[in-house]
Amino acid sequence: MTKAREIADLGSSATSLDTVGSNLIINGAHTVDQRNSGSSANVTNGADHFIADRFRFSENSSATFSAQQVSDAPAGFEKSSKITVTGTDSSLAATEFHRILQPIEGSNISHLNWGSSNAKTLTLTFHVKSSLTGQFYVFAFNSAANRTFLSGYTIDSADTWEKKTITITGDTSGTWLTTTGAGIYLGWSLGTGSTYQSSTLDAFQAGFYMAKSDQVNFGATNSATWQLTGCQLEVGSATDFEHRSYADQLQACQRYYFQVNGDSSDRVGIGGYAVGASEARMDVVFPCAMRAAPTISGTGTAQFDANTDSADFNVSAMIIDEAPTGIISGLGIQIASSSMVAGQSGGFRFRSTGTLSFSAEL
Amino acid sequence: MSTYQLYPDTSKGPVSCVKRTDEDGSIHCIPFSEDNTDYQKYLEWVDEGNTAQEAE
Repeated sequence: MTKAREIADLGSSATSLDTVGSNLIINGAHTVDQRNSGSSANVTNGADHFIADRFRFSENSSATFSAQQVSDAPAGFEKSSKITVTGTDSSLAATEFHRILQPIEGSNISHLNWGSSNAKTLTLTFHVKSSLTGQFYVFAFNSAANRTFLSGYTIDSADTWEKKTITITGDTSGTWLTTTGAGIYLGWSLGTGSTYQSSTLDAFQAGFYMAKSDQVNFGATNSATWQLTGCQLEVGSATDFEHRSYADQLQACQRYYFQVNGDSSDRVGIGGYAVGASEARMDVVFPCAMRAAPTISGTGTAQFDANTDSADFNVSAMIIDEAPTGIISGLGIQIASSSMVAGQSGGFRFRSTGTLSFSAEL
Repeated sequence: MSTYQLYPDTSKGPVSCVKRTDEDGSIHCIPFSEDNTDYQKYLEWVDEGNTAQEAE
């Protein structure tokens, strides 16, 4: 083999590597579920609920649902997100809807050149299983909600996994953020009121829409089910699903949401020091830089574990010491309790089963 | 309907976050950071003429 041939092959090899990470959808196989660990949750009017990480179910009607990551998936996949109707709304008002949404960070779409004459075409592939047959829609809109792409797909057979492929022609108009804000909101309609209906399909249009008027109202049938997995959004034509390691997907999700779980006595790697008898400061180091300074939440009780332990406190009472700026690789948090000794070092220790979560979702 | 409340000062002075309590009782500490979508919603709520409760 000539030296020129070797160099040419190296170039070819590099091109192949470039395709790794080409799926713009994070957690497309629905394997990561930090919030629920596969448990079911009830979703009611006005609620946003994440099923598998990054897949947000938004309910805005009188219907009620349960949502859960389940071990039912087509060949080649293990998990899916499942929604079940638990209370019906047979007639959606004009602004009511049910939908699944994945916002895609603007930083990840700058190469698409959307909003210019060089806008690239994408292909969306997903696997869906529904107890209701008929017409459904997917949609993509920008952060200003003034540019929308709408396309339909049909559920042909009830309770059967079906693979759908949709071409999304790149938008040559509008403003598509390439910052840490939302670049593209990608969604699946499960029922949409008339305000958000349009009959313009398979082309970008001005305005905000989620379905055509013939969209099935999933929330109208009690016990109806709808499942989604194997989601891939990529430049150009459809390719096989890009299976990435669980660790890769978990870390990609943790840019938007990071949850620490613990049982009583668990120490979770969050250290700090006591300022005085009633206050301690601790530093959380994130597994990857978060998109924005996160909102913190918690459940259960904990203590500042030191030579002299604090009294137990509610994890939900922890506060942000100082909102970080720049690359968000960590966060200072504070607790208020009692019995601490100024200057002692120590760390966060769960005193019951609990969670401490950090959300920088879009 | 969620409610908002300011936090009391700590030994460092005023804190740069606000507490949101949701209908289910869950509590969230939201940083004053413009890129945080929870903070963006809080600012919209303030723009509608609402005011967070004073710290306890």
